[in-house]
Amino acid sequence: MPLVENGQIVQDRYHYLSDEEPIPERVRVIVPAQRFLANADELIRRDGSLGVLWPNDRRIAELAPWLGHLALVALQFPKFRDGRAYSQARLLRETYGFRGTLRATGDVLRDQFHFLIRAGFDSFEVKKPADAHAFVEAANRYSVVYQPSADGRTPALRRRVQDRTELDGQNN
Amino acid sequence: MYVYDAFDRRLLAERVVEFRDQVSRRLSGELTEEEFKPLRLMNGVYLQLHAYMLRIAIPYGTLSTLQLRKLAEIARKYDRGYGHFTTRQNIQFHWIKLAELPDAMAELAKVGMHGMQTSGNNVRNITTDQWAGAAPDEIEDPRIWAELIRQHVTLHPEFSFMPRKFKIAVGASDRDRAALRIHDMALRLHRNAAGETGFEVMVGGGLGRTPYLAQTIKAFLPKRDVLSYVEAVLRTYNQFGRRDNIWKARIKILVHDLGAEAFAKEVDAEWQSIKDGALALEPDMVADIAGRFRYPDYEKLDDSPRELVTARRSVRGFDVWLSNCVTSHKVPGYAIVTLSLKPEGGTPGDCTAAQMNKLADLADRYSFGEVRVGHEQNLTLPHVAQRDLPALWRELGANGLAQTNVNLISDIISCPGLDYCSLANARSIPIAQEISRRFHDLDRQRNLGRLHINISGCINACGHHHVGHIGILGVEKNGEEFYQITLGGKADENATLGTLIGPAVPYAQVADVVEDIAAAYLDLRDRPEELFIDTVKRLGIAPFRERVYAAR
Repeated sequence: MPLVENGQIVQDRYHYLSDEEPIPERVRVIVPAQRFLANADELIRRDGSLGVLWPNDRRIAELAPWLGHLALVALQFPKFRDGRAYSQARLLRETYGFRGTLRATGDVLRDQFHFLIRAGFDSFEVKKPADAHAFVEAANRYSVVYQPSADGRTPALRRRVQDRTELDGQNN
Repeated sequence: MYVYDAFDRRLLAERVVEFRDQVSRRLSGELTEEEFKPLRLMNGVYLQLHAYMLRIAIPYGTLSTLQLRKLAEIARKYDRGYGHFTTRQNIQFHWIKLAELPDAMAELAKVGMHGMQTSGNNVRNITTDQWAGAAPDEIEDPRIWAELIRQHVTLHPEFSFMPRKFKIAVGASDRDRAALRIHDMALRLHRNAAGETGFEVMVGGGLGRTPYLAQTIKAFLPKRDVLSYVEAVLRTYNQFGRRDNIWKARIKILVHDLGAEAFAKEVDAEWQSIKDGALALEPDMVADIAGRFRYPDYEKLDDSPRELVTARRSVRGFDVWLSNCVTSHKVPGYAIVTLSLKPEGGTPGDCTAAQMNKLADLADRYSFGEVRVGHEQNLTLPHVAQRDLPALWRELGANGLAQTNVNLISDIISCPGLDYCSLANARSIPIAQEISRRFHDLDRQRNLGRLHINISGCINACGHHHVGHIGILGVEKNGEEFYQITLGGKADENATLGTLIGPAVPYAQVADVVEDIAAAYLDLRDRPEELFIDTVKRLGIAPFRERVYAAR
């Protein structure tokens, strides 16, 4: 499953930790939510970047107290059609101000890239290699957005008021 | 009319490019049908019994004649020469080929039309009163708010994969002509005690297997907060709506399970954290959208001009048409004209390419180039000068468009049913056709007065049978079509769900049952002015049930 960051296919520097495995030092790990919550105090004192795999049916508010210690949060798309993690991502970015890496895992396909990026994701475990190669094209598909979101793009409603004259001039 | 600007046009063009790519990946086999399904659905493409179907949004029911002519062209070029207007201000083409869909969409994009979010688990077409901007009783034009919401939810990054579809309607008068309470979310503009205008917010309405009417969760929402509040409702639903069972996935179930008050609390907590952020509407943003709605350059005219008075006196058919199909306009000397798409023996909501073109011509001449689509599957010419009504009536008549049955028993709302739909259990259209033949006599229909029949071919209730004065629901029993009959439903400001009168009846008996119900009403009403729905309300369903089942 190729990993895309900054528009490129990259090597995953993180190791997904199972529930039983001993916790290694100086290795970037992604810990399952349950295990993280049970051992949070210990985990955050450990040497090495820390990530958490957070399920899409658990409130983000539960994770909020620890966000300052996390380098990465991985959110799950068990199915393409299950869009709960989009809300979680925006909450993380916009309500809780999380600045670390936000990773999308699971059933992640080309046609979600636009939505994922806008919701604040910047790391993508893509299901199909062909989709990973099409990332840049798919990510740049829309030059107009209609709503403010975690990516900070200016929505049409505001752009109209800002630069209507200029834009109409170009298109007439 | 709302006029698209460069932003809107560019987004549509980019959407067409994306869809073309998706279709080509499907045709090459790179995408499986399962993977393609949610993508096509987000563009209004369904796979039906016989072919792909394309559903095109007509936001808030407003069409320019340029758009109507384009729809006629699509009907001719890519379909079988007609289209079907639905109960949600959409039009459907039922016979379109997958390989040709991208071209059809590119054609539509040229006139600012699309199928985006007319299906799929996202926010669907925003609907409103088809008389918006023309009705004398509205506080202000609800379409400005519908357009603001439409833009906000279009390709929304957070709400494109919700548990289920989400339908929003906006109203702006005391009389509800947009069936607000049967929507997932409805916003009604009204004035509070301080004289300010804002929205009453209702959530959790919906028909289908478990019908509920929407409940008010906020009595007065300031206009500046409308987008943030919509966002908070959608965010609550997206996270907590059920996804384990498709029949329990609509927001109505969440609202019902939590209770409206607890749901409102959850929404409010979310709303408080975002209401003063980027979604707070500034007056210049609203003014910008409002400024791109073009209004007719009305003449200064008086009501009841000589031409109208003379025609009323001299031509009987005209006077009947006038009283059934024409209503007052907010501007003196003008009128709103409803065109019934329910001819005797016809398919409710169908319109041929020739009719569309003719209507476009008439709208250019008599209605400032504007046509409206209502949830009753009829069309409206919203701004007709009263002095032109006799001439318009003659031209409509010459083109089979002067049906006088608006709001009468043969003005039936019906889903496509088993003739087209892969979900249906039973036929709907032939039932509508048979009823319209039985009651073809106009005097008989007028004697029965206002009476709405709604027919659905399955429990999904696209024909809104729960809110028909007479509701007819097709079910399947041992491979045969049966129909449940409900009475007393309505979708107006006093929305009510109908009551089942008894065991389902077989296909062949449905029209007889409707005749029995009509006859019972004539016997039971306490005076000719008492409407059918009021008689049912006064007496309940018992006397009707007796009449229907006594002989069966």
